[in-house]
Amino acid sequence: MSAAGARVAPATGQVARAVRAANAQGRAALVVYLPAGYPDMATSQACLEAAADAGADLLEVGFPYSDPLMDGPTIQAACQVALDQGYTPRDDLAMCADLTQRTAVPALVMTYYNLVWHYGGVDRLDHFAADAAAAGLTGAILPDLPAAEGQPWARAAAAHGLDTVFLAAPASREQALDAIAQVTTGFVYATSTMGVTGARTALGADAQPLVERLRARTDKPVCVGLGVSNRAQAAEVAGFADGVIVGSAVVRAAGEGGAPAVAELVADLAAGCREGHAAR
Amino acid sequence: MTAAMDPTDVDTAHFGRFGGRYVPEALTGALNELDAAAREALDDPAFQARMDALRRDYGGRPTTLTLAEGLTEEGGGARIYLKREDLAHTGSHKLSNVLGQGLLAERMGKRRLIAETGAGQHGVATATIAAKLGMECVVYMGAEDCRRQHLNVVRMQLMGAEVVPVESGTRTLKDAINEAMRDWVTSVEESHYLIGSVVGPDPFPRVVRDFVKVIGEETRAQVLERHGRLPDAVTACVGGGSNALGIFHAFIDDPEVELLGVEAGGEGLDTERHSATLTAGSEGILHGARSWVLQDEWGQVRPTPSVSAGLDYPGVGPEHAWLRDTGRATYTAATDAEALEGFSLLARREGILPALETAHAVVPTLRRARELGPEGIVVMNLSGRGDKDVDEITEVLRATGQRVPGMESPA
Repeated sequence: MSAAGARVAPATGQVARAVRAANAQGRAALVVYLPAGYPDMATSQACLEAAADAGADLLEVGFPYSDPLMDGPTIQAACQVALDQGYTPRDDLAMCADLTQRTAVPALVMTYYNLVWHYGGVDRLDHFAADAAAAGLTGAILPDLPAAEGQPWARAAAAHGLDTVFLAAPASREQALDAIAQVTTGFVYATSTMGVTGARTALGADAQPLVERLRARTDKPVCVGLGVSNRAQAAEVAGFADGVIVGSAVVRAAGEGGAPAVAELVADLAAGCREGHAAR
Repeated sequence: MTAAMDPTDVDTAHFGRFGGRYVPEALTGALNELDAAAREALDDPAFQARMDALRRDYGGRPTTLTLAEGLTEEGGGARIYLKREDLAHTGSHKLSNVLGQGLLAERMGKRRLIAETGAGQHGVATATIAAKLGMECVVYMGAEDCRRQHLNVVRMQLMGAEVVPVESGTRTLKDAINEAMRDWVTSVEESHYLIGSVVGPDPFPRVVRDFVKVIGEETRAQVLERHGRLPDAVTACVGGGSNALGIFHAFIDDPEVELLGVEAGGEGLDTERHSATLTAGSEGILHGARSWVLQDEWGQVRPTPSVSAGLDYPGVGPEHAWLRDTGRATYTAATDAEALEGFSLLARREGILPALETAHAVVPTLRRARELGPEGIVVMNLSGRGDKDVDEITEVLRATGQRVPGMESPA
């Protein structure tokens, strides 16, 4: 996409600014994922607000999908609980509209491409982008949409002031990283390992080289996710990345102890993000 | 295509607006590698020779073309032929695909095969080729399908495969595909995902088609040899669509040959209990490709009940979506009751127990034969044998109290 050809809406850039603001305060940004509707809609909103209050710099709101092939067992099961209650993307957006009124922490939607593309009908990218922007969301993460197929979404997102986030993997080739760097307006989501979401006891050694390869081709923030579940791992990642993404561990906390448990874990993770960054 | 055209200029990843590659970035490298390996292999006479020899000496190809005199009489119209994929090794059309992909995996230096399976036929075929080529094999199978097709679970295990029951989602084929992809994204260095149909992200729909199109190539030559002309219609059942595309593909450039795909109509298209994606679905993106999908208005994929586990799939290969869109092929649906009727007709009039998947194509084939009249020639792809389905049929008859000639409902 040529920058000159795209209509740049005034609101884009919020996601990158949130990461840079955290970095300017001497810490890696903490990005927290929780699915809408788990364990129920009101509690999911309370958990997201608790995460924001406890130190998250960005919120990722998962919109549950029937076939989440990038997710491990924890997030699959949580999303199934939400789907079983009959929540639709429209309900998820309604919750986001209230959430974004009540917290200043920017929120992005994280879901699978078909829910965006088939939003109440066929080929509805523009409608979804409009409604997401109207709900106060600042961007979208679509893990099954690679940069090579990402232009139609990038155009719809840009038209409504939403930032894009694309994923990069340790096995990504140079050409793919170039494409990711070109089409990303929010942050690049570097997956720490080859795999799906879920807590891991040890992070692989692949994340840092990937972050360095991405830094060589973009000035957008690079955040690392997959497998980060505790303060020590957050600190480890904060030592080399601009942001730390945590999903499954927070989802588990939400299921076990609701908003108070989420607040406690997020505060701990935020401490890790400060410690790791300070140790650079 | 002109000789001067640069092949890299041709968009082989899409069929019209369908197809593409909607997968996590982590899989892009493996898909590129597969694409390159498949292109090189198909141009390599040594690869082709090895595949042809295994197809012939191990797989039982070419399969025969049987004149179905009893069915022809039942239809009261065109002559009906059966392309006997049930006679290929493992009892279905699946072996051609797994043989080709197994050899590709070997070429790429991958020693572990991952597969998903619905009815179990693809899982059995993959376990077979893994045993033959000395590879490790893991098959993901919906927990519900493991129950329905227990015999096939045992067959896979006997050949050394690990069968993993999938408990997520609807516990059927689509969830097995999700789980296979999760495995692959984690193990892509040493594993090949041996997908079972003409579905999935590019280049799978093209690679699988290129390995199964031998069915139609043989059929075309066999009909020409006997009649000096092409058939008027070619029919096949459609789940993901590999047996149908396998027999259709050689005829795509013969506009006088009608191509008819038959989907699983389950309890009827006016209910939500069917798997007729092209007949009653809408466009969407599932398992890495843009195609047709059975989904709700929000893009959530619907459960797809069908009497046959092999057709119990809410998507369909993107090339079928394109054939439908261009009008080159037409698609209809047969209900569970019609499938049982087709099963009974083949059993009683031809002495062939077909797979329940295959049995869906019988009633629409007879209908078309009647319309074409006695001068016509119709070929139906007899895509698999039905030994595996006998228990399931018994149970369905017991549960529904349905009466099918020759099949007494057990007391």
